[in-house]
Amino acid sequence: MAYALQQLINGVTLGMIYGLIAVGYTMVYGIIGMINFAHGDVFMIGAFLSLISLTLLSVLGLSSVPLALALTLVFAAGIAALYGWTIERVAYRPLRGSFRLAPLISAIGMSIVLQNFAQVSQGARVKPIAPLIPGGIQLMNVEGFAVQLSWMQIVIVVTTLAVLGVFTYLVSATPLGRSMRACEQDQKMAGLLGIDTDKTISLTFVIGAALAAVAGLMFLLYYGVIDFFIGFVAGVKAFTAAVLGGIGSLPGAVLGGLAIGLIETFWSAYFSVQYKDVAAFSILVIVLIFLPTGLLGRTDVEKV
Amino acid sequence: MNPILKDAGISALVALGLFGPMIGLKTEASATGLFLVPRPLALAAAVAAVFFGRLVLLTWRGRRPGRYRANRGLSEALKRSGRFLTPVLLAFAVVLPFISGRYGIDLGILVLTYVMLGWGLNIVVGLAGLLDLGYVAFYAVGAYSFALLSQTFGLGFWTCLPLAGLFAATWGVMLGFPVLRLRGDYLAIVTLAFGEIIRIVLLNATSITGGPNGIAGIPRPTLFGLQFSAAGGPDTFSGFFGLEYSPTQRVAFLYYVILGLALLTNWVTLRLRRVALGRAWEALREDEIACRSLGINVTVTKLTAFAIGAAFGGFAGAFFATRNAFISPESFTFIESAIVLAIVVLGGLGSQLGTALAAIVMIGGFEVFRDLAEYRMLLFGTALVLIMILRPRGLVSGRTPSVALGRRREISAELVAEGRG
Repeated sequence: MAYALQQLINGVTLGMIYGLIAVGYTMVYGIIGMINFAHGDVFMIGAFLSLISLTLLSVLGLSSVPLALALTLVFAAGIAALYGWTIERVAYRPLRGSFRLAPLISAIGMSIVLQNFAQVSQGARVKPIAPLIPGGIQLMNVEGFAVQLSWMQIVIVVTTLAVLGVFTYLVSATPLGRSMRACEQDQKMAGLLGIDTDKTISLTFVIGAALAAVAGLMFLLYYGVIDFFIGFVAGVKAFTAAVLGGIGSLPGAVLGGLAIGLIETFWSAYFSVQYKDVAAFSILVIVLIFLPTGLLGRTDVEKV
Repeated sequence: MNPILKDAGISALVALGLFGPMIGLKTEASATGLFLVPRPLALAAAVAAVFFGRLVLLTWRGRRPGRYRANRGLSEALKRSGRFLTPVLLAFAVVLPFISGRYGIDLGILVLTYVMLGWGLNIVVGLAGLLDLGYVAFYAVGAYSFALLSQTFGLGFWTCLPLAGLFAATWGVMLGFPVLRLRGDYLAIVTLAFGEIIRIVLLNATSITGGPNGIAGIPRPTLFGLQFSAAGGPDTFSGFFGLEYSPTQRVAFLYYVILGLALLTNWVTLRLRRVALGRAWEALREDEIACRSLGINVTVTKLTAFAIGAAFGGFAGAFFATRNAFISPESFTFIESAIVLAIVVLGGLGSQLGTALAAIVMIGGFEVFRDLAEYRMLLFGTALVLIMILRPRGLVSGRTPSVALGRRREISAELVAEGRG
């Protein structure tokens, strides 16, 4: 029981990170109908930016951890947003209206570029970082097994929820969010009604990349070690989460992320760690067979 | 201010933002934790490269009216020369081992392996329009089936080759069944997940596959029972024909094996396109609903596409195993699937000649840039993006219909659907 509770805590933390990445996938898919294959690598870049920022701040002698984290969050999200904007501008915009495989191949190319860019510029070896927020609360102690809720996990969950809150407000109550939802429903019509669709799509990428960078920072804090290859697996899992939640649905993406995080954690805890990725991917296949529109997705009626 | 200069200046500013932290500050691990190494020169070089690159690009584009005009010249030239380019390429492929040294033959084997993979995947993606991002799984299944069969039962290459194809085809059907209802990008991501599952299982099922250590000592193919070894007895190739032994003989033999396998793939594909099954594939690519309403069994059509495409992947995998005599899960990563898919798309979906040319360009390019080591993949990714922007329809962007009433006329690839399945 205590063991399961501990796994539940770990799973929710991990799920939050996946959820943040999944939101970026689902937004882009919703608005231009493509898998932004490079999104997982933007997450990786975000983790590296956080690492660089945290190291830089400690070199500069900033000792306040909350301030360092806040500055890093803003810095990583800002630069990653620039990455998102550039990627869309360079690799996807020229292909809009081209045939369907072209953006996918271009996205795969972009993913390879980002991965190798990080490898070349920052080195191939793993980067460890000392734990920033040690300690935690001991929730209960059953027969010698202590259930720990670390401060780090609390910070991760709270920050993620706060970021998602801001994001939800942005999408549901601002003019930008309205244009995004309009473009998602009917891009041509939205354009005719005076919405700058190019700008809206750009901003979608910018927001998605910023969220991925936040996820990158959380990942760095949680695991304490990153390398240039983390983007691929995390990206596929986050896409799985987006599909599981119903692609195009924003609450669905977070829900799917939580589900994938929990499945992965419980699978590792009770079955085998080696096959945790197999479990996550198998879930994807099973969900798509029995529930092709995901948990909260809309049914897509095909017309002739 | 000059608008071109201004644009280049903005690009340089963006580049400064992008590269500033990543290139300008390198994190290095030490015993006491991380420290930063500033690299202002590398950063300045990268930003300057973006500035001048953008300047040159804009000036060059400004001179030519009608930017991004479809580059039909190359496509037309390829189309016209296609009739005699094919025999020339084929003749070159046949005589290559006689005119080239060991290095050339090895490179030829590598290129032909990718040509074969490309043609195999072309059946699934180019003809049936099913987007498969996990093709490497079948390559891996073929390689591991041969390796395990030969290790466990002591079977030779030629016995295992059809078995490897059969196993791969079975896996193709096993993948095909659950994804029958999926279409488009969902299919892409599920096939990708499938490829990863296979790789993770190979990596972790240590007792069977050797895990990350892989399988070594895979037997080499024989020519009607004649081995290629320096022993020189009557059961070796050199001994039987009374030749002096040279390791090039074995490499040349391997080269002809893969050439034969690749040509077999091509021949089967061209034949299949004319029978009902192949026509059903192409009809499926164009419009699945119309297919259903015309009474085409979509299930069977999709499953055969997966199975036959997978079988050729399995053949290529068995060849890969026998050529290297060693396999490990590291050879079957997602990047391989991406390379093969890129070859198919760069060649022009569905075009046999295009796929072969694309494989030569792509794998040859890899070889040319071998010295660049880690920058090579960076270049590869950039090339993928650039190719898609400049030539989204691939090298050969015209299609000859498989069946036609009257004269067979070339149509533009723009008119060919790429499939939603």
